[in-house]
Formats: sequence, C-alpha cells, structure tokens
Amino acid sequence: MSLVVTDLACRRAGRRVLDGVGFALAPGGTLVLRGPNGAGKSTLLRALAGLLPPERGGATLDGHLALGDDPDGWAERIAYAGHLDAVKAQLTVAENLRFWAALLGADATAEAEALDAFALAPITSRLAGACSAGQRRRLGLARLALAPRRLWLLDEPTVSLDAEAAERLAAMIASHSARGGMTVVATHVALGVDGSELRLLPPAAASTAAADPFLA
Amino acid sequence: MRAARAIIGRELSLALRSGGGAGLGLAFFLIVVLLAPLGVGPEPQALAGIAPGMLWIAALLACLLSLDRLFQADAEDGSLDALALSPLPIEAIVALKALAHWLTTGLPLAVAAPLIGVTLQLPAAAQPWLVASLAAGTPALSFLGAIGAAVTVGLRRGGLLLSVLVLPLYLPTLIFGARAVAAAAAGENPWPAFLLLGGVTLGVLAGAPFAAAAALRANLR
Repeated sequence: MSLVVTDLACRRAGRRVLDGVGFALAPGGTLVLRGPNGAGKSTLLRALAGLLPPERGGATLDGHLALGDDPDGWAERIAYAGHLDAVKAQLTVAENLRFWAALLGADATAEAEALDAFALAPITSRLAGACSAGQRRRLGLARLALAPRRLWLLDEPTVSLDAEAAERLAAMIASHSARGGMTVVATHVALGVDGSELRLLPPAAASTAAADPFLA
Repeated sequence: MRAARAIIGRELSLALRSGGGAGLGLAFFLIVVLLAPLGVGPEPQALAGIAPGMLWIAALLACLLSLDRLFQADAEDGSLDALALSPLPIEAIVALKALAHWLTTGLPLAVAAPLIGVTLQLPAAAQPWLVASLAAGTPALSFLGAIGAAVTVGLRRGGLLLSVLVLPLYLPTLIFGARAVAAAAAGENPWPAFLLLGGVTLGVLAGAPFAAAAALRANLR
C-alpha cells in the first residue's frame, strides 16, 4: 500500500470538519472524494498536502514517509491543485508556466508537454488576466504535468472546464496512474476515471467546542 | 539558483507591470519630502535641521506603502499554497520576495536621495552619507515589513494593522539612519551610527525570514 491515511481528524477555525477518516490507496490508484458541500473534502486535501496540520491521526506515503515528520520530503512527492489556480493575471500564459517550471525544476521538454497537455499552445502569449476562467483553470492544472509527483491532490478540478478539457484531465490522470502515481480528487461530477470512491459526510454539529484556546 | 532567479524575476515583472506599484513608493517619497518646505517654511536653517529625520521618516512611509500586498496577492490567487509546497523552503521564498521588494522600493529611494537632499538644504558633506545610510538601512525595512505582511496576510484591511505593527520595529533603523546623516551634516563622525545601522540590518536579514515564515505557516492552515 502506498498511501495510508489513518483516523484523520482536522479542525478548521475551531470547528471539527473531519473525524476518523481512513483509507488506503495502492500505487496507480485513484480515490474520488464525494460528499455534500461542507463535508470536509477540501480540508482533507489540504491536510494531505501538509498545509493543514491534522488534529489527530496521520498519513504515510510509501510505507515510511509520514505526514508531518518530514514536511519537505512530503511536499516533494505531492502536487496540489486547489480551488484557486495560482495564476498571475499580469503575466502571460507562457510566463506563468515558465515560473512554475523553474520553481519545480522542470526542463523545457516538460514545459512543452505541460502546454500540450491542456492545449494551451495557441494562447501562450496572452495575459492570464485576459483568459477565460476555463483557460486559467487549464493553466493551473498544467502545473501538474511539469514535475513527476507520487500523489496528486485535486480539488474540484473540473470546475469551469469544457467537455474536451475535462477529457484531457481524465487522460492525464489515467497516464499518471499508469506510471504508478496516485490521485485523490474531490469532485461532484463524473470524471471518467477508474477508481474507488470515498463518501464524506459533515460531522455532527456536537463537536463545535474548540480545543484551541485562542479560538474558543 | 534557477528557482531563486525565477522568484526574483517574477516579483520584478509583477511590480513593473500595470498595478504593480513599483515607482509609487518613490513618488510618495518625493511628494512627502517636497511638502516639508511648504509646511515648515523655506528658511535654509530650519530645513537643514530637519532634513535627516524628514528624509528617513519619508523613506519609512514609502516602504510601508507596498508591503501589505507582499504576500496577500499570492494568498488571494492561490500562489501562496503552491509556493509553500514548492521545493524551496518558505524561509527562502520570504527572503527572496523581501529582496525583490527592496529592489523596487528601497533601492530607488537611495538612488534618488541626493536630488531630494538638495531640496531640503542638506549640506554637501552629508549627501554621500544619506545615500549610504538609505542603502544600508532600507533592506531592514523590507525584511521587517515581511514579518508584518506575513502576520496580516489573511486580513482584508491588513494594511493599517501592518503599519501599526511594523512602524515600531523600524525605530532602531530610523534612529541610527537619521543620526548618521545628521552627524555628517554637523561635521561629526557618522561612523558609529552608520555601523549600528548596518548591524541592525544584518540582524534583521538573518532573523526576519524565519519569523515571517512561521507566521505564513500559521496563516496557511
């Protein structure tokens, strides 16, 4: 088993939004997170990204690397695409991608492949601020293709994507899986990728008492 | 190295493009300093007396102007999450962004200072010391400001709180910077104040990235 999450509990702004979440994902596996708004899908993804320290429980990658013990080692193995696209409106599409390529250590080939993966080549010289929401989202997702990562964490990646771009995303996830990569994706729509499903439910309202004295 | 160059280059092009605000700090500095003769009166004696302090206070305020967007813009468009997960440690990202902030605000002030010193009747002997003290002191303003910007990154109107938090931290830099210029203007030895100013900056450069990174980590949750 490659990604093992055990008894994960998280709080956000003093309210418990996740409790006792556990699952395991084999290499090449895809897990689709389902659940109503407020069920904690984004919180789970942020916790798995290492951005939100869990209140209890934890996760291990490849059997030995534990979330929280080695934040840098963990961050080197994951790619996170959240609600926001991490795109600068004042830079062109190519400049945005080149920045992330330099930061992630990707070479020119990987950069060209990332442009290709979401058919961004026709709009490389356009300012990201002049792009449509779907084009910006494609640019944000193209970041995933820049550098190889074991685990992809995708938060509603299909929002504002058209049908063709959604198919490209599904193809990208499929080829990521074929290379042994894992994907945890929160979505409300059918993605068209094979994988298991995890249903999250909003925790009972009883757990609102804050453990953090600063938020009490 | 490539990642570090990329961050600096990105910050500079963002600052220089529309809405980036490079040059605004310098314009603000010029206006504040040029208002002084109108408020205090044009007597050379009076102006020369307040020139060192006035120039340094204007420099502090000019540096503050663009600090509130240092991390906020990245937090709003999701870049901060992605930066935090990049191979560079957050401490290095903070230091690089603060350095880029200094290149677009502090450095232009030091370069433009001789022109401004003349309008305030600053004696010629003090002009090189004005440039040197601004060049040595303004990096501390950007790096201390990064702490304030990191603490207030999640707040809608963080700019005012940022000023209240950061201005007291600027006291040592203001005191030693203005003192070095005033000493040179009065024909005294400016070195003691200048060396203390440099010491403050070095201490801030060493410590501020860690404080700001800790604040950012807490705000990312």
